[in-house]
Amino acid sequence: MMLEPRPERNSMLLNLGPSHPAMHGTVRIMVELEGERILNSEVEIGYLHRGFEKTCENRTYFNLLPYTDRLNYVSPLINNAGYALAMEKLLGIEAPERAQYIRVLMCELSRISDHLTSVAAMGMECGAFTIFLYMMKAREYIWDVIEFTTGARMTASYIRIGGVRADLHPDYRVALEKAVCETRKVLKDVHGLLDGNKIFLDRTKGIGALTPEEAVSYGWTGPCLRSTGVRYDVRKARPYLVYDRMDFDVPLGMNGDNYDRYLVRMMELDQSLRIVEQAAAALPPRAPIAAGDRRPIDPSDAIRVSRGQRAVGPVRLSPNLEGSEKNVYSDILADDRRWTLPPKEDAYTTMEGLINHFLFFMKGRGIRPPKGEVYFSVEGGNGELGFYIVSDGTDRPYRLHLRAPCFHIVSALERLIKGRYVADVIPTFGSLNMIGGELDR
Amino acid sequence: MEPKGLIGDLEKRFPGEIVESSRDGEDLVLVILPEALLRIMGSLKGPPYSYKLLLDLTCVDFRRDASIFEMVYHLYSLDAGRRVRVKVRLPAESPSLESLADLWRNANWLEREVYDMFGVVFMGHPDLKRILMYDGFEGFPLRKDYPLRRRQPKAEKGNAT
Repeated sequence: MMLEPRPERNSMLLNLGPSHPAMHGTVRIMVELEGERILNSEVEIGYLHRGFEKTCENRTYFNLLPYTDRLNYVSPLINNAGYALAMEKLLGIEAPERAQYIRVLMCELSRISDHLTSVAAMGMECGAFTIFLYMMKAREYIWDVIEFTTGARMTASYIRIGGVRADLHPDYRVALEKAVCETRKVLKDVHGLLDGNKIFLDRTKGIGALTPEEAVSYGWTGPCLRSTGVRYDVRKARPYLVYDRMDFDVPLGMNGDNYDRYLVRMMELDQSLRIVEQAAAALPPRAPIAAGDRRPIDPSDAIRVSRGQRAVGPVRLSPNLEGSEKNVYSDILADDRRWTLPPKEDAYTTMEGLINHFLFFMKGRGIRPPKGEVYFSVEGGNGELGFYIVSDGTDRPYRLHLRAPCFHIVSALERLIKGRYVADVIPTFGSLNMIGGELDR
Repeated sequence: MEPKGLIGDLEKRFPGEIVESSRDGEDLVLVILPEALLRIMGSLKGPPYSYKLLLDLTCVDFRRDASIFEMVYHLYSLDAGRRVRVKVRLPAESPSLESLADLWRNANWLEREVYDMFGVVFMGHPDLKRILMYDGFEGFPLRKDYPLRRRQPKAEKGNAT
């Protein structure tokens, strides 16, 4: 039951959402007003609840990966990475170095697209539609790079247990340079348009402010926590992948208001671009292809030959598997066939490969981690994205719980808008960057 | 404080109330008695330990093997960069526990979620009601005896607020 009208207080109730253009997905905010002042409010969530955790507990460890794409759907690759790293901790394996650099690259590109979307939407809700268009343009370039390698813009399922699905596209650098350059230009423009803009400042400065103590008490993490001046970034505090080799700063705000949240995100965009450049420059080269390898042959020929004799050299694969040929496997996937998918060439042309393939996907087989539990977190677009997985030794997680950063952040919304005007709800809510898929799971 | 020192310290301050302790990498894992939850969590939050951030709070349905629900809390110390995992085992028949809403503000929503999904009752919670599911939802979906594809009765007209 939501807020009830209270005639004795001469207040009225106003319902915002759940289907409202400014509600970023679906959330309902009921506010009790006296004039335009908000006396009380109640936030109702759950409109996008898909039973993520229940679903995962009924899928195999390999099969549940695509569901993680749909959590924070603006930065799906970070979700993939969080899940894959949690599983790797549970299994005790590590991805090859090149795969780790690729993961860092992809995670930072995702963070850029996340922050771009967040600032874009916030700007638009304050009336700056230009910001929205500029930033969406930059995001398209970022997604071009991601699409180039993963084959998908959003639901990539690219980062897998033990590594990544495919190696980078040979020409990815061109797209990457273009994306970095265009994003820098857009950031410069946006700084120029918003930083000293009176309309924007009036709606953001000093509004929706939270003290560092309160932010910690609400379990805030990520850009929202750092906007209050608390220095906590999982990439620095508990380095994972190769973040400890990257040179980047953790921007901090001072006031914890809407404006600082905007500014922290903008500064983090710069830092992410720095990391992207460093990761691309430091990317370990691919292992040299063994001498004596023959020219790739067509899959149909390989299958025909393998019926009579032991197969053959490299196989030319269908385009949707580009980058996951057998010869790049050692660069992108951990060398342990118990946890990783056998190369397609082997599955099609050798008996062992076919058996391995079946064992991997058969019910009750596949990835079966030892009994135990694990908590692993990565720095998501909104903050600490943690996976808590309990394994009972079968091929499905006994319990999988997601620590969604949004959940903690949105739980402070009632506190942030109390005593403010109705018009302040929109920029405050926008600056929190609520993502329905992650909030409601 | 090092995990080793922390566990020794806590065992001295709360004799007999820490059932088990182990390590997960560099993080400490504690199993404590339900009645000691508020006291132990309160002291972990304050100085000198200062695990000020309640990272996460969830529940696991272990009724298949042990007829218990296990509450799992993750705390983080911003100064030391360490996590601690605190677990509390609850009887399966009437899972209830004291609320941490007075210690951490995010415990309010987190506990509502556990109530919503597992039916664990938090005593002293300011507003214990469903959060992701709707009023009138029957059963607790993340319990292991809740079937994956169970259908819910249609919500009655006028039931929506």
